[in-house]
Amino acid sequence: MNLSSWGRLSRQPHTCIALNDRKGVADQLEQFRPGICYGMGRSYGDVCLNSEGISWQTRGLDRLIEFDADTGVLVCESGALLKEIQDLMVPRGWMLPVTPGTQLITVGGAIANDVHGKNHHVHGTFGEHVQELILQRTDGKLLRCSSAENADMFRATIAGLGLTGVILQASLKLRRVGSAWLDTDTQAYQSLPEFFELSQASEADWEHTVSWIDCLSGDTPRGIFLRANHREQAPPDQKSQPSRKKSGLVMPLVPPVSLVNRLSLRPFNAAYYALNKRKEGAGIAHYQPFFYPLDAIGHWNRMYGPRGFYQYQCVVPENSMHAAIGEMLTAIGRSGQGSFLAVLKTFGKRPAAGLLSFPMPGATLALDFPNQGQKTLSLFSRLDDIVSQAGGRLYAAKDARMPAVKFQRAYPALSEFTNYRDPGISSDMSRRLMGS
Amino acid sequence: MSRTSANKVQRIVIVGATSAIAERCARRWAEQGATHFYLLARNQEKLSAIAADLKVRQPQAEIVTAAGEFVDPAAIQSQVTEIMTQAADIVLIAHGNLPDQQQCQDSLSETAEAIQINGISPVLFAEAFANSMSQANRGTLAVIGSVAGDRGRKSNYVYGAAKGLVTRYVQGLQHRTAGSGFQVVLVKPGPTDTPMTAHLKQSGAALASVEDVADDIVKGIAKGKPVIYTPSKWALIMMIIRHLPRFIFNRMDI
Repeated sequence: MNLSSWGRLSRQPHTCIALNDRKGVADQLEQFRPGICYGMGRSYGDVCLNSEGISWQTRGLDRLIEFDADTGVLVCESGALLKEIQDLMVPRGWMLPVTPGTQLITVGGAIANDVHGKNHHVHGTFGEHVQELILQRTDGKLLRCSSAENADMFRATIAGLGLTGVILQASLKLRRVGSAWLDTDTQAYQSLPEFFELSQASEADWEHTVSWIDCLSGDTPRGIFLRANHREQAPPDQKSQPSRKKSGLVMPLVPPVSLVNRLSLRPFNAAYYALNKRKEGAGIAHYQPFFYPLDAIGHWNRMYGPRGFYQYQCVVPENSMHAAIGEMLTAIGRSGQGSFLAVLKTFGKRPAAGLLSFPMPGATLALDFPNQGQKTLSLFSRLDDIVSQAGGRLYAAKDARMPAVKFQRAYPALSEFTNYRDPGISSDMSRRLMGS
Repeated sequence: MSRTSANKVQRIVIVGATSAIAERCARRWAEQGATHFYLLARNQEKLSAIAADLKVRQPQAEIVTAAGEFVDPAAIQSQVTEIMTQAADIVLIAHGNLPDQQQCQDSLSETAEAIQINGISPVLFAEAFANSMSQANRGTLAVIGSVAGDRGRKSNYVYGAAKGLVTRYVQGLQHRTAGSGFQVVLVKPGPTDTPMTAHLKQSGAALASVEDVADDIVKGIAKGKPVIYTPSKWALIMMIIRHLPRFIFNRMDI
C-alpha cells in the first residue's frame, strides 16, 4: 500500500508486514527483509519510509507488559502509543518524563528518534528514561540492551533511526506527578536578546520552557514565551482526570492549495501574537493542551495542501546561537516563506543518550514550510550554510532533504554507529544519508 | 458511557479473546474498572500477553485464561458450563477468520471449515451461554457478526453466509429473550484494520481503526443496543446494499 510520513511529501508503494505478536517477529523479519519499522508515521521526512520495499508495521505490538508501582518502571511493547501510557498513568500519579509536541507516536518511534520535549534542560531526551530494550535483529538474534548489558548497542539504538534492529519492548522509567495540571506563565518578547534572557532566567525555576516565534518578523523577532511547572494538586474547580473524549476537530480533506500561504501567514501571525500577548502572566493549564496542542485537530498536516510540507529543525551551539538564529530569521523573513508553526527554544547541558541524538547545548529553531519546490529548497540551502558555519545540525526525525555531507559532518559518531547497523534494515533516509 | 455504580460491570467473558477487536474491547473494560476476566482462545501464549496487559491497566483485575476447543459441541457446552459457575455481566463472542473466497469455491472442505468457525461455532457458544444467562436473567451477550452477513456478494459469500447464520440466530434469540433482564447484542463491524484483514489493507482498502470499532462496541453494549454497526456509516451503506434491486446489484463488482 502507499505510505506517507507526516510531511506528506511522498506517497510510495510499500509491502506492509504487520507485526502483532512479539514472539512471531523473528520469523517475519527473516522472511520479509530488508525493511524499516513504521509506527504512526508521525516523523516528518523519510526516516520511516522504504519506498517500493518492505514496511514493518508496529502498531499491533502495543501491549503493556508490567508496571511496578513502587519504582514507576513500565515495560511495554514498542508499538504502544505515548497517549495510551499518559491516559492510563497520569490519573495514578505517574507520567512519561519526556514527550514531544504530540503524544500520538509509538514508544519505538520515540526511542529511535530520541525525541525531546519542552523540559530538555531538566529531563533530557526520551532515551534517558529507557532502562532496557529488547532488540530483535533480522538475523534472528534477540538482544537485551541496557547501560549494563550490550551497552554499545543500547547507545546506538537510542536515536538509531530504526536501523539497529526492531525494538520489541522497552522498560521506561516514569516520573511522579501530583496532578494532570501545570502552573503556566506567558511572556511576550520583542527581540532575540529578550528571548535568550527569558530562557536563561527561566532555567532554574521552570521545568518546561518553549516559545512561539513570528517567523516573518525578521531580525527583531517577536514571539510568545511559555513556561510551566507541574502542579501538586488539580485546581479546585477542575476534574483531575484527562478526558478520553476526542475533540472531534478534524481536517476533513486536503485543500487544493496550502491554506498557509503568503496571504494568510502575516495576518495570522499578527493575530496570534496579539491574542497571546493579552494572556500575559500566570495561568493554569491541563497537560494535554499545553504539551500537545495540535493533537486536538486530526490530520492537521493536510492544511498544507497536496504538495505537503517540510519541517526544518536545527540546533546551533551556545557560543554561536545568538548570531546564527538572528541570521536564519532574517533569511526566512526575506523569503516570505514559513508557517505559523514556528518554535524557538534552548536546550540544556546534558550528555546525549544516543550516538546520533540530536540535541546539544544551544538553541533549536523548528519551522514548517509548505512545499513550494525549488523556492523552498533554496531557502533550506541558505539555512544549512548558517547552521553548519555555526557548528549546529539538523534533526533527522524532521528531515527529508538535507545533503548527506552535511549530515555526516554534523554527527561525528556516525562512523561508530555504522558498526551497529542491522544489514537487514534499510530506509529511504539511510540510503539518502548513509549510502545504504 | 460508564455504567452507574449500581450496575457496574464486574465480570467479563470473552470467547476468541486474542482477536484484535476483542483485545481492544477488553482493554476498555479493564480501564472502566471490570475486575474479573475469563479469556478463552486457542493460543495460550497470546492469551498470557493479553492478560499481562490487562493487569497493568487494571491492577485489581483477576484474569483467568484458558486454551479452548471451538468445534466439538460437547466440549463447547462443558467449557461454558464451567465458565458460568460464576455469573457474567458481559459475554463477548468474537472468534472467527476471514477465509479466501476463491479457495472456498475450489474446495468444499475449506467452505465447511469457514462456515464451521465463523457461523456454527459462535452460534453453539451463544446458545450455551444464552441458556445459562437467561436462567440467571441478567447480563449482556454480544456476538460479533459482520456487515458481510447482510447480503451475499460474490467476493465473500461463504464468509457472508456464515455471518448471515449468526445474524438470523441472534435475531431469534433476541425475540426469545425480549423483555427479560438478559440482553443480546449483535455487532456488525465493517472492514477493520486487524491482522485478519492485512491483505485487504495491502490492496488499498480503507479500513476502520480497531480502537474506534472497539469503542463503538463497548459503548453499544453499555447502552444495550440490539444491533451495533461499526463504524456507524455501515448501517446506511448496508441498508442501501440490501435494498438494491437485483438488476443493479448484479452489475456491481463487490
